[in-house]
Amino acid sequence: MTANSTVVATGTYLAVIGMEVHAQLQTASKMFCSCSADYWEAAPNSHVCPVCLAMPGVLPVINEHAVEQTVRSGLALHCQIAPFSVFARKNYSYPDLPKGYQISQYELPLCHDGFLVIDGDDGQPRRIGIRRAHLEEDTGKTIHADGVSLVDLNRAGVPLMEIVTESDLRSADEAYRYLVKLRTILRYLGVNSGDMEKGAMRCEVNLSLRTAEQAARGEYGVKVEVKNLNSFKAVRDSIAYEVARQTALLDSGGTVQQVTMGWDEDRRRTIMQRSKESSEDYRYFPEPDLPPLELSSQWIDGVRASLPELPDAKVERFTGEYAISRLDAEALTAERSVAEWFEDAVHAYSGPPREVANWVTGELFALLNAQEGDITALDLSPDDLAALLTLVDTGVINRNTGKRVLAEMISTGQPPEVIIDAQGLAQVSDEAGLAQIVDSVLAANPDAVTKYHDGKTSLLGWFMGQVMKETRGKANPDVVRGLLAERLDHR
Amino acid sequence: MADELYSLTIHEAAGMLRRGELSSVALTEAVLDRVVAVDNDVKAYLALTPEAALADAAAADALFAAADDPARLPALLGIPLAVKDVILVEGVPTTCGSRILEDFMPPYEATVTAKLRAAGAVILGKTNTDEFAMGSSTENSAYFTTHNPWDLSRVPGGSSGGSAAAVAAGECLGALGSDTGGSVRQPAGLCGVVGLKPTYGRVSRYGLVAFASSLDQIGPLARDVTDAALLLNTIAGYDPRDSTSMNVPVPDYRAALTGDVRGLRVGVPREYFIDGMQPQVEQAVRAAIDTLAALGAEVVEIRLPNTEHALPVYYLIAPAEASANLARFDGVRYGLRHPDAETMWQGYTMTRGAGFGPEVKRRIMLGTYALSAGYYDAYYLKAQQVRTLLKQDFDQAFQQVDVIACPTSPTTAFKIGEKADDPLSMYLADVFTLSLNLAGNCGLSLPCGFDAAGLPIGLQLIGPAFGEGTILRAAHAYEQATDWHLQRPMLNNMPAD
Ligand SMILES: [Zn+2]
Repeated sequence: MTANSTVVATGTYLAVIGMEVHAQLQTASKMFCSCSADYWEAAPNSHVCPVCLAMPGVLPVINEHAVEQTVRSGLALHCQIAPFSVFARKNYSYPDLPKGYQISQYELPLCHDGFLVIDGDDGQPRRIGIRRAHLEEDTGKTIHADGVSLVDLNRAGVPLMEIVTESDLRSADEAYRYLVKLRTILRYLGVNSGDMEKGAMRCEVNLSLRTAEQAARGEYGVKVEVKNLNSFKAVRDSIAYEVARQTALLDSGGTVQQVTMGWDEDRRRTIMQRSKESSEDYRYFPEPDLPPLELSSQWIDGVRASLPELPDAKVERFTGEYAISRLDAEALTAERSVAEWFEDAVHAYSGPPREVANWVTGELFALLNAQEGDITALDLSPDDLAALLTLVDTGVINRNTGKRVLAEMISTGQPPEVIIDAQGLAQVSDEAGLAQIVDSVLAANPDAVTKYHDGKTSLLGWFMGQVMKETRGKANPDVVRGLLAERLDHR
Repeated sequence: MADELYSLTIHEAAGMLRRGELSSVALTEAVLDRVVAVDNDVKAYLALTPEAALADAAAADALFAAADDPARLPALLGIPLAVKDVILVEGVPTTCGSRILEDFMPPYEATVTAKLRAAGAVILGKTNTDEFAMGSSTENSAYFTTHNPWDLSRVPGGSSGGSAAAVAAGECLGALGSDTGGSVRQPAGLCGVVGLKPTYGRVSRYGLVAFASSLDQIGPLARDVTDAALLLNTIAGYDPRDSTSMNVPVPDYRAALTGDVRGLRVGVPREYFIDGMQPQVEQAVRAAIDTLAALGAEVVEIRLPNTEHALPVYYLIAPAEASANLARFDGVRYGLRHPDAETMWQGYTMTRGAGFGPEVKRRIMLGTYALSAGYYDAYYLKAQQVRTLLKQDFDQAFQQVDVIACPTSPTTAFKIGEKADDPLSMYLADVFTLSLNLAGNCGLSLPCGFDAAGLPIGLQLIGPAFGEGTILRAAHAYEQATDWHLQRPMLNNMPAD
């Protein structure tokens, strides 16, 4: 650090980053009424009732499932669960906020003081503090077009969980990894779809830069907020952009203004939305229409007991129990459905779990990527994969044919035996038959044989390939390798 | 006059209906005729629904005719009632006394009116109110002021002044009002009828247009205590659509009317007899307390030391809640939308500027201020802390006594226009009633005399939370010993000025 210099060089600032994530909960009905919360692609204003339209005289009733989902999330994020929490009115005017206030939580949130462990930029685990996770309601949507403003209130009142971190993140990459991990956990819990494109998760970033000297003195720089971040990539890009912008500003002797920025995806830059002076006073006060929410420790324990095994625990168990690499374990546990599919296949298969892991993370993921599908949506059961692997192990087909059969299984939904029979793919292990083919290959390529004898032993693979070509891939590679070695090395 | 059908009490009419001495259609027609005869002077109703009322009455008569045992039919079957216009009745316009809801037609029904309908009651129409129930005289109604049937030059009290006047004038047999700081009890007192504010959570607020959510309760207005008990029997009870309603069993309040108050401990709070109150009001209330003592009650002087803070506390909390509750009236989904607005934000300001009257705007501003950053702790939060002290006052008092007796209002009905330009003096009209909205317990007002001008005086009986049975019993015993409740205003002989 250039402690003796008045101008601090680029790259010497430390970023202090906090995140707010709004996650829609996967409940059947809205937060305070019985309208369906599944508003996606519904005709505008078709999922509404007097309560979510804020007709005069209506009253909210708390959706217990939303409370349970928030508590599930809080427990998974190692939060304290408040036995006594309070809903509050957040007052502001906008046409998509029908009551003129949002029912949220302010002073006493449902969950507080938790953490989430991510891989830090140095590869070491980093604990990111969760300040609070509370429950609120989503707003509707306003569209401004052709001089009119149109309002769709289908989304108004959909349960929303807000998860706020401490300012523990240090870089754009850490923020990205935090979000990926958070989404994985929420999807594991079944509380959020993780579907960013449908707005199921929405992010806000707050960020400030400080020098090492400021950090040592416990001081912070001026905080800038970035809103409207609709993808994890936008979060990463906007942080990188802001760090660069503020670094340049500070390096040139300027000062950072306390403002709220938005992210312009097309121009790939942040743009100022609001200065501190024009920030809103939300006039929070306890919601008089709802009594405080009281949760018994018994009920909380019940929710705790119902939590699924979470990704971190699964990775530990997979690496230990199944002796697979950490990388494979992480890939296999990124989705709960994949992890469970994998385990089912392991249990159906008599060989080593590592073999299943190789096939799933290798062949299956490659095939899934090609069709952007989900493993559970495939017409392929864990038992089918185990059967295929057993056919390879017992030599009925060779490994490469196995890959072809797998692709065929996915596209036709047929079991491997049927495909092998129908296409005549069974491996040829008959030595006498294969010896004839090997001899004819060698006879047809005297030059290659000579080169081999001159020391170019890597041609063995080429000879193997020629034999496989003749047998349309069905030859047992061990038998062919033996025959070739016999003829080329032991004359 | 007592021979007139429109002046029957609910329990009298119910008996006649069951005995076949009267039909609901005849009763309803008599009351509607009475409305036609006097409402030009009284102006109690904002909307009348005579066709629907007569159809409901005919349906009630069919049930009476078909019943094997008419005694088992609901007490309110075929009884013509009025509903304050802050309570939604599906398909009947609801204005809340405001221009901003001038053409509003509610698409759903309040829980209380659904209960009345389920009991077969006949709903005659909607009664006048101060705009959004904010006021003590109905002078804040955007449409017109209701006149006190005892003296048409005077206010009926408010905000449920339309309901109180309608009951007093024979324009219905009973009515529903809402009470946020005294809005049922004060007009009941000023109009010489019985009005009860139930314990917070006793009656569902679903379908009551909110003024101050933590204070509002719907309550009955009636000609005597028995009728108030019958109305409360029907509307009380837990409602899953109102999370603040309490799941406490509803006793038979009529059965509580034993006529016996021997040994009942009646507390008289020193703080409720203040300088500046009308001497005849104090005399009548003290005489009523003596009557209770003569009936065998034990009268005890008590203290409610934080009473003086109730008014400022109320005028911080109620406007704060109102400022949020009224935010939904923005012209986007229903109600008035200003035609000249060119932009979205203009739409907000022009609609609300034109739609709300001055008292509503004053309270929105008061409440917004009390909740603002930098003022919240000093105003709203402090008010909530003092509110807890007020509640403790009552809790301590009810360890000593069963009922508290005091005036409903410091004065009898005042002249129309007398306080219209002086909000503070208007606010003082509720000084004896708003403490228990803040504390959440119950209270009622019943007639206990007249002043020299012939204006009714109200006795307030306050009970602990869910003590409705006790205050109704005390009120009923007092009523049995007196005849104030039998007096009727001589409306037809009064000049309409
Ligand atoms: Zn709804």
